[in-house]
Amino acid sequence: MQAITKSFAGVPALRGVDLEVAAGEVHCILGQNGAGKSTLIKILAGAYQPDGGEIVWQGEPVVMPSPVAALELGIATMYQELDVVDGLTIAENIYLGHERSTAGVLHTGSANRHARQLLGRLGHGDLSPTREVGTLSAANKQIVSMARALSRDTRLIIMDEPSAVLDAQEVKNLFRVVKELTAQGIAVVYISHRLEEIREIGDRISVMKDGRSMAGGLSVADTPTPDLIRLMTGRAVENVFPPRAPVAADAPVLLDVQQLAFREVFADVSFTVRAGEVVGLAGLVGSGRSEILETIYGARKATSGTVTVKGRMLKPGSVRAAVSSGMGLSPEERKSQGLLLEEPVFKNVTLATFARIARYGLLDEKRERAVSRTQIEALELRPPDPDLLAGTLSGGNQQKILLARWLVQGTDILLLDEPTRGVDVGARAEIYGLIRRLAAAGTAIVVVSSEIPEVIGLADRVLVVAEGRVVQTSPATEIDEHRVLDLIMKGMAA
Amino acid sequence: MSEQKSAENSAEASLGTAKSPTPSDRSRGALRRFLGGSAGRNLGLIIALGLIVAVGAITAGGRFTNFENFVTIIKFSSIIGVISVGATFVITAGGIDLSVGSVMGLATVVASLSSVQDAASQTTWVLMAVVAIAVGGLAGLVNGIVIAYGRVVPFMATLAMLVGARGLAELISNKQTQIVTVPDFLNLFRGDLFGIPVLIWMFVVVAIIGWFLLARTTFGRRTVAIGGNFEASRLAGLKVRRHLVALYVLTGLAAGIAAVMMLGRTTAGTSTHGELYELDAIAAVVVGGTLLVGGRGTIVGTVFGVLIFSTLTNVFTQNNLSTSVQAVSKGVIIVIAVLLQQRFAARGSRSSG
Repeated sequence: MQAITKSFAGVPALRGVDLEVAAGEVHCILGQNGAGKSTLIKILAGAYQPDGGEIVWQGEPVVMPSPVAALELGIATMYQELDVVDGLTIAENIYLGHERSTAGVLHTGSANRHARQLLGRLGHGDLSPTREVGTLSAANKQIVSMARALSRDTRLIIMDEPSAVLDAQEVKNLFRVVKELTAQGIAVVYISHRLEEIREIGDRISVMKDGRSMAGGLSVADTPTPDLIRLMTGRAVENVFPPRAPVAADAPVLLDVQQLAFREVFADVSFTVRAGEVVGLAGLVGSGRSEILETIYGARKATSGTVTVKGRMLKPGSVRAAVSSGMGLSPEERKSQGLLLEEPVFKNVTLATFARIARYGLLDEKRERAVSRTQIEALELRPPDPDLLAGTLSGGNQQKILLARWLVQGTDILLLDEPTRGVDVGARAEIYGLIRRLAAAGTAIVVVSSEIPEVIGLADRVLVVAEGRVVQTSPATEIDEHRVLDLIMKGMAA
Repeated sequence: MSEQKSAENSAEASLGTAKSPTPSDRSRGALRRFLGGSAGRNLGLIIALGLIVAVGAITAGGRFTNFENFVTIIKFSSIIGVISVGATFVITAGGIDLSVGSVMGLATVVASLSSVQDAASQTTWVLMAVVAIAVGGLAGLVNGIVIAYGRVVPFMATLAMLVGARGLAELISNKQTQIVTVPDFLNLFRGDLFGIPVLIWMFVVVAIIGWFLLARTTFGRRTVAIGGNFEASRLAGLKVRRHLVALYVLTGLAAGIAAVMMLGRTTAGTSTHGELYELDAIAAVVVGGTLLVGGRGTIVGTVFGVLIFSTLTNVFTQNNLSTSVQAVSKGVIIVIAVLLQQRFAARGSRSSG
């Protein structure tokens, strides 16, 4: 693949990505959320059409107008949400879409025989082709999915985070199967953000970030892990972070988290945030950073530990309690967790406060509009029109709506999860400025971000999170990106 | 997984990237917003209703176009209308209530029995009405708790209530029809107010209260917000589960009120009252412009939806066409209405880009 570009109605998702995969290799693609990995593999699978660039397949430029076309060329995809049909047998799943039949009458016997052979090739001759797929574990469903790929004379299999649903033993088995595939000359494109896995299974690595290739075809054996993480998280674009105002030593502690734990996800998280302070949580995807925010907010019920706001302990698992204590959350997934996309801006801004603005249960939309207008003008929403539908605004503007929502009632503690995801560079600087202004006005702020430079640049104090533990707490001025990466690495090894 | 989601999200986001609109864009946008907005949708419904009336006037002439016939049509709409107003709320919140018809049947049985058992005929009609409405509210409460706290999908929870309430009504009534003999009650429903039957007044009052509640109160805003994005509403601190319960209670109460009206109209309580009303109600609500997936609801639309179907029935009856023909054309209307809705909805969101 060369210089692949793809935009969704003007917003570039891929800005020129190159990928070269050789027969019989495991080629890993590494990148953070939103780097464009999914878009790239959807193009490779024929599900999306590229806007620019060229796909060369076995020496020939090809166009794949549909997933079926890709399959016919010999490119199969194993998606995260496994695309097997639970109600059918293993053999029926393997031959789904290219059933072995004469004039519509299925050759069940021969299909079962061939399915058994394919499963044998994957080292799973023990699976009966007549078994219903719904009764299989996720790991065995993946085997079925791979057998289906083999049944089509596939030359390239794309695996999208296949290990995400597997336990350690199953991952080992998956790797064994992958090695058998590559031994037969089949190429595997392997997507994951677990570095240790890539070390184990990968031959070469391509790193993506912000829709660009950061590096292509690095040898797994010769590339040190810190280099990879830097390629993944380092921000090429220089961000202007506003200057920090010193936090008064006697500023009151607004948020006090002690020994907080949530199931197996994270444990023993303790920290405090003072009025006017910005605390940043730095960690990779899956480190538990978002879950920590959600648990503080009561959206998840803590298994143990306490959250205390202004000296009063919050009821665990109650968003209401958090909100009425003066806390606000801007969630990670703006669209699915934050906004009413089909509703106008002002109703989104007042989603947490319309009942308070109302009188005797009667809505006061005029006041809601006025209140929203004040906020969105202060936050420089463009255009500052309270009647636009939220779904039509850019990522930066949508983020401002979520900030405005909590500013209406004067929130004391703001929890911001990925406040700049999907926000373009100019708008990012604005949002940084806003966060700092809020802190200067006495708000306690907790920020989570995938981008380590962002956390360091924005926060007064940085908590490094790895594998559900806080491995280090430092003033932001005394820590840099390398140090954070080291700590994350050590935390993962521990 | 979140990776995939965010890719899709950015795809959606891009639909809305702002480019400065030219004046002609803007006026076209305004027109589309109008057609896609509530006024435009209601205009479509008025046109549809007008067409059906025109067909009725042409084919049946004076038999159709006289005041009494129009009163008949609206009277015929009133019971299903009250149920549909209630159903609009749960559907707007992204839920569904399949049990409204059988809950109404159960309420007629319980209420009529309560009047029969009181041999001394001390029962005032008020008590009977209260019993019917309470039965509806109680059934709704059960639905709501099972859905909001038991986390059963609304379709299954209310399907169970549909079957269960019908069976309970049969058990209680022993499959016998109970005749209501409370004179005050019967007189009330035979009566008129300013020449308009009491049934119609009840429908009008319920519709106005429903409109007010959905469009003008915090209760209505919560309903729309939960239907539009449940997770966002929860994270904004709304009491989403408690509100879900309230919504199903409300729908149950509407079924109870409909039961009172049914008792008045038929003078009898029976377990077979309200069969398939749930489907008529859903059809009226959706044809009226409320989104089946939630997030948008309109009581005015629902009222039009009900009127469209009952006018259609009347036109067919006036022309001596069979109920089978009616059913076929109802089906066609539902499909056309939903297709039009989707086109408007798609255009509405695209235009604003």
